[in-house]
Amino acid sequence: MADKPSDAQILEGLAGIVEDIAGVSPEDVTADKSFVDDLDIDSLSMVEIAVQAEDKFGVKIPDDELANLKTVGDAVNYVSANA
Amino acid sequence: MSTLNQTTGPEATAILGVGSFQPERVVTNDELSLHMDTNDQWIRDRVGIRERRFAGPDERLVDMAVTAGSKALADAGLAPSDVDTVILANCTMPHPIPNGAAQVADRIGLKAAGAFDLNAACAGFCYSLGTASDLVRAGSAKRVLVIGAEKLTDWVDPTDRANAIIFADGAGAAVVGPAERPGIGPVVWGSAGDLVDTIGMNPTGPTGNKVLYQEGQAVFRWATTQIAPIALRAVEAAGITPADLDVLIPHQANLRIVEAIAKKLRANGAREEMVVADDIVFSGNTSSASIPMAMDHLRGAGRIKPGDLALLVGFGAGLSYAGQVVVCP
Repeated sequence: MADKPSDAQILEGLAGIVEDIAGVSPEDVTADKSFVDDLDIDSLSMVEIAVQAEDKFGVKIPDDELANLKTVGDAVNYVSANA
Repeated sequence: MSTLNQTTGPEATAILGVGSFQPERVVTNDELSLHMDTNDQWIRDRVGIRERRFAGPDERLVDMAVTAGSKALADAGLAPSDVDTVILANCTMPHPIPNGAAQVADRIGLKAAGAFDLNAACAGFCYSLGTASDLVRAGSAKRVLVIGAEKLTDWVDPTDRANAIIFADGAGAAVVGPAERPGIGPVVWGSAGDLVDTIGMNPTGPTGNKVLYQEGQAVFRWATTQIAPIALRAVEAAGITPADLDVLIPHQANLRIVEAIAKKLRANGAREEMVVADDIVFSGNTSSASIPMAMDHLRGAGRIKPGDLALLVGFGAGLSYAGQVVVCP
């Protein structure tokens, strides 16, 4: 991506990925939601989401960093800081 | 200075017959949930397995290999004397020596056969199939019995819910020999030794024995992103296109990995109608046995027929991987 995306753009992009991988409705993917507890996303789906997010935003999300991304907001912040 | 002789063999090889064996004991997800904190839905969601087969205490890896190998010989319409080499792919023999292949050859009735085990873990069958084809084409062997057999339950902590739900026992086999038309495409193989620590053995079993561990997320990421490109290289090496494939038989590691590989192949031109092996649902992950077992089961179920083009791709500990396109016998 040529320009650094805004947090809103990152959230929208993540919501699309989460819908594709886990079938979660995009309006449910908000910053305060926990991937595991609220959106019922398992650890393998998190890997798939990370891989797609890496492609979409041009970031690296190693597995040990992935473990720290508990909420959608954590993921938005990580992408924003590393994109 | 003397010049040494070199041998040459037939130009083309093919799989002449296949066979498989599974222990009788079916272990359901409900049974596993009696021993550990898991349940049928959790297991199906994560790995796609509904049931698997466990060998009994007296049922050894070589016993399963002998049965699968004998069936493959019968399927090919060959006698033991028609085969002079046995390759036994496995990673779960009870001890490093003796190897299993020599015992299997003797018990099937192959006299003084060349016999060796090949350990490339879950990629073992594809490594062995490529090796067997090249042995025949080089004139080193007349026909080769290739077997993948595993007793993984000897090496898994039965209370470890991450692994005990996945791994199982069984054997699959194929006979490789000369053919008029090429039936085994070039093998594409390699390794990723930098990821060696993601699958291995820990001395933490319930009785102090070594048991298998894997870093699930790291292996899943590798398998779902790196294996489809290797499979596509095998297709290219065979001189065909993904659209030509009738069947995809990846190592049955996890149904979600199988589906991810199929999705990427379809995004690269493979047809929607391409049959995708899902043997893991009723067999679990049997490492080197999974590909020939899946091929045999697909054929038994009438989902593939002789002449179909099948893409095989194995991947696992090492990490190691191998794939090739074959014509189904």
